[in-house]
Amino acid sequence: MRTIHKICAVLLAMLVLAGCREEDVIFVPEVVEIAQPEFNDVQGMYVLNEGNMGSNKATLDYYNFSTGRYTRNVFGFANPSVPKEMGDVGNDLGIYGSKLYAVINCSNKVDVMDKMTVKKIGQIDIPNCRYIKFYGGYAYVTSYAGPVEIREDYEQRGFVAKIDTTTLQVVDTCVVGFQPDELDIVNGKIYVANSGGYMVPNYENTLSVIDIATFKEEERIPIAINLQGCRADSHGTLWVSSRGDYYENSSMLYAYDTRHHRLLKAFDTRVSSMWLDGDSLYVIGVQFSYVTMKNEVTYAIINTATLEQVADNFITDGTERDITIPYAVAVHPITKDIYVTDGKDYVSPGWLFCYSAEGKLKWSVRTGDIPGHFAFLGKNINDF
Amino acid sequence: MKRRLTLWGLVCWCVVCCVAQDAESVGSSRLDSMQYLKNVTVYGTKPYAEVIPAQVLSGKQLEGLNSHSVADAIRYFSGVQIKDYGGVGGIKTVDMRSMGSNHMGVFYDGIQLGNAQNGQIDLGKFSLDNIEEISLYNGQKSEIFQPARDFGSAGSIYLRTRRPKFAPGKSDNLNVTMRTGSFGLANPSVRWEHKFSRKVSLSLNAEYTYATGQYHFRYRKMFSDGVVAWDTTAVRKNGDIYALRLEGSVHGVMPDGRWNAKAYYYDSEKGIPGAIVNNVWKTAQRQWDRNFFAQGMYQQKITEKYELLASAKYARDYMRYWNPDTTLMYINNKFWQDELYASVANKYTLARDWDVDLSVDYKWNYLNSTLVNFAYPTRHTVLAALATAYTWQRLKGQASLLYTHVNDRYTSRSGGTVVERHNKRLDRFTPAVFVSYQPWAQYDLNIRAFYKRIFRMPTFNDLYYTDMGNASLRPEYATQWNLGLMYQHYNDMGLLSAVRLSADAYYNIVTDKIIAVPKGTGQYRWMMMNIGKVKIRGIDLAARMALRLPGNVLLEGGLTYTYQRAQDYTNPADNKDGGTYKGQIAYVPWHSGSATLHGAWRDLDLNYSFIYVGERYHTSANIRANHEQPWYTHDLSASYSFRVMKLQCKVTGEVNNLFNQQYDVIQNYPMPGRNYKLILKVDI
Repeated sequence: MRTIHKICAVLLAMLVLAGCREEDVIFVPEVVEIAQPEFNDVQGMYVLNEGNMGSNKATLDYYNFSTGRYTRNVFGFANPSVPKEMGDVGNDLGIYGSKLYAVINCSNKVDVMDKMTVKKIGQIDIPNCRYIKFYGGYAYVTSYAGPVEIREDYEQRGFVAKIDTTTLQVVDTCVVGFQPDELDIVNGKIYVANSGGYMVPNYENTLSVIDIATFKEEERIPIAINLQGCRADSHGTLWVSSRGDYYENSSMLYAYDTRHHRLLKAFDTRVSSMWLDGDSLYVIGVQFSYVTMKNEVTYAIINTATLEQVADNFITDGTERDITIPYAVAVHPITKDIYVTDGKDYVSPGWLFCYSAEGKLKWSVRTGDIPGHFAFLGKNINDF
Repeated sequence: MKRRLTLWGLVCWCVVCCVAQDAESVGSSRLDSMQYLKNVTVYGTKPYAEVIPAQVLSGKQLEGLNSHSVADAIRYFSGVQIKDYGGVGGIKTVDMRSMGSNHMGVFYDGIQLGNAQNGQIDLGKFSLDNIEEISLYNGQKSEIFQPARDFGSAGSIYLRTRRPKFAPGKSDNLNVTMRTGSFGLANPSVRWEHKFSRKVSLSLNAEYTYATGQYHFRYRKMFSDGVVAWDTTAVRKNGDIYALRLEGSVHGVMPDGRWNAKAYYYDSEKGIPGAIVNNVWKTAQRQWDRNFFAQGMYQQKITEKYELLASAKYARDYMRYWNPDTTLMYINNKFWQDELYASVANKYTLARDWDVDLSVDYKWNYLNSTLVNFAYPTRHTVLAALATAYTWQRLKGQASLLYTHVNDRYTSRSGGTVVERHNKRLDRFTPAVFVSYQPWAQYDLNIRAFYKRIFRMPTFNDLYYTDMGNASLRPEYATQWNLGLMYQHYNDMGLLSAVRLSADAYYNIVTDKIIAVPKGTGQYRWMMMNIGKVKIRGIDLAARMALRLPGNVLLEGGLTYTYQRAQDYTNPADNKDGGTYKGQIAYVPWHSGSATLHGAWRDLDLNYSFIYVGERYHTSANIRANHEQPWYTHDLSASYSFRVMKLQCKVTGEVNNLFNQQYDVIQNYPMPGRNYKLILKVDI
């Protein structure tokens, strides 16, 4: 009998020791010193972590160049009164004027923050929103959730929303192709990469061209199936990436001349993410090979003036072996340091790697889950 | 009266394996769940007790647990974790000793429930209305006379439905039950039992469940100084369920044998309440399930030394998943599964204490679906188990070797036409050894140990799901070592009527674990791979005791405690800051346990139960951002039995989650707070 009491007491003690529930406390950002301070016109860099779908773990990190400090998860602390923080799946990030915009895909909204303090100013509700670009006082956001035609072959087109950046209201929408992803603006026209990702295996293959003045879709330009990326360079060339169909058709990169309306060149390069810096297009890519059953990766630089691939691997010290899934790339506007993120297994914390312009690893730091999007904060760098 | 109390204690105890039960002591029992045991033991002259007895919940004890589904009840076993997405219709799957829910076999009236599509048995779907006993075995049921399939899981749960029993002079029983309460629950059920003869009886059972599934949940966060930062209360939406269950069975006994046949039908429509994330407080996805199976078993002692057990089953399952939310990808997927199964088990007694068994099973599975370019896989499985059991004085041992042959046939398609036909074969042998020893004849103390190596086949989804499946997957292995002891003691006199203590330490390794890894570009692209490795070290403790107090008061209580270190050894390179290497795997708490207390006085029963799940992380990267709080709930119930004219009635009131704790079992899936249930049962 006494033994039983003892055992009971020990069991209860174990439970008590194991701990009780505590109040959930606002996440205090974690600060890590990772590099020597740098002083130039670029003062900081925001990194948007996507967070796996359903996890509500979209988070914002900030790297301060003038202190060399990396701060994880700044949004929750700066906005303690926002329920359920930033939301589910951060899909794009941009700075325009004094504001920072974060497109949160599965939370169906764009968070608008003060670019210095990250304090939330407002929110623009757009279902299934994807990417954002700015022009002439307006923000343009693509969305998969256009009008629906329920027929035998259910069809659901996407749209581009035009948002007044002073009132934060959607002032107009323009229906485009199926499941539009990235967009860019050249010479008074918005080019939208339509993916058709929901239409498997009948992917979309066109760019939609919207006239900014009338905000009407003018034409569709066939490029390749399942388009994703879309960047305009200073030569009027649009760099468009295709995801392929993941089987016979590989991911590819296309250069389209918007002035002469012709395809200039197709590059047999895998593209997950690209970043344009001057005449250099940095491209990273991952493609799963059913032969080796492994992901094969690309770290390339393409000269947008000569249309030549000038580097096959911009990481020169062999440290790319530390990267599991290269997910996003960015380049410092002044120092030309290269930032590459690692998505890892999508459910554990990702990493950010910084390489010098020569491709040597400078530092790396743990981020939130799936670091995927960048925005540089500084003078004369966000003016379009 | 004392006699009756003793019996009550035994009934409530319910942890003693049925065959080991002394038929004499139950002989004069009143109409309760134990009476059936008499029937079981009547024909078997030498029931071979299991080497390692199961954890069992049955009868009164099961009734007292305020559980709606089998999953709710299983939480009271040690070493078990439930993944619960909340609500009446929410998915609930069971994971034993952290090996993953796919390693778990669930048996319904002796025959395994299959799901070749995804390997998951949603135990939330099985209501307790018609369940009489739930037993849980680590490793396998350590009895050799069973179908080969029973040797084929790393852990097993046996659900036994209520079998008809009749009071003297009665040939019909009618039971009507109505349950209602929170979540807009309306849950009537009816059961009719009929005795055709002394040897053949019938049971028919129907249950309907409707619930709006709505409940309030609350999320809030504080500043570190205790000031509220944000505090939101909302109503859980799209958790409604409509479910109909029909079940019929015929039971027969013969000289030296028995047989039964049953048919089961379940039809449900339910909403799928998704994750609660910022700006999204409701979802629109829905799911339809239709499950049908018919099965039969025949057991006969042919000669003094040879006994035969034959069983067969046909099952057809339909599932439809629909996403009508037009802001998202439109999905309307339908799946149909068929299973045919037949088994023969042969037991031969070589010597008085030495039995051998040869069991051979055949199983056929087919999956059909509306997915584009689907593989339409067929799987033929042949299982053969050779097992032997030997008893030498107080030492009991059992060894088995399972042979598995799997043949998958599937197609590769493009544009709807067949491009290639595939035919894959696999042969494996897996062993298991169980030993128990009683050092002193006068004490019922047993030291027990087992070793088992088993694998689970990749499911049809793992292998062939369009785009994500990986046809080159290998089986996922689980290897288990267990060492433990159990002590039990019964008293006919005195205050303490019964006590049972058990402790087990175990070490499991899961290798070639099938996990989804990212592939190619974009977040939504995954591939199943055999890359995971998990090592699990754990301790399970369980204690139960029953007290006879003065004034006809019976008091009994149980405690379970589980400690588990389940570490992720998948990627040794991922050992930096925030890495997953050696991290505790997702949703496995280090500490968990339960406490139950039951008091009975005359026609009044009171139950209290407590569940505790300690802190966890939602991924194997054990950092602050991935931390999940402990949760614990207190449930209370009271029931009173009375007679109205010739009707035997029982009314029960339940309060669950008494202190209204707001918690998530799975991140962003809020669980219900305090809720109530009222049950009225009438027996005619």
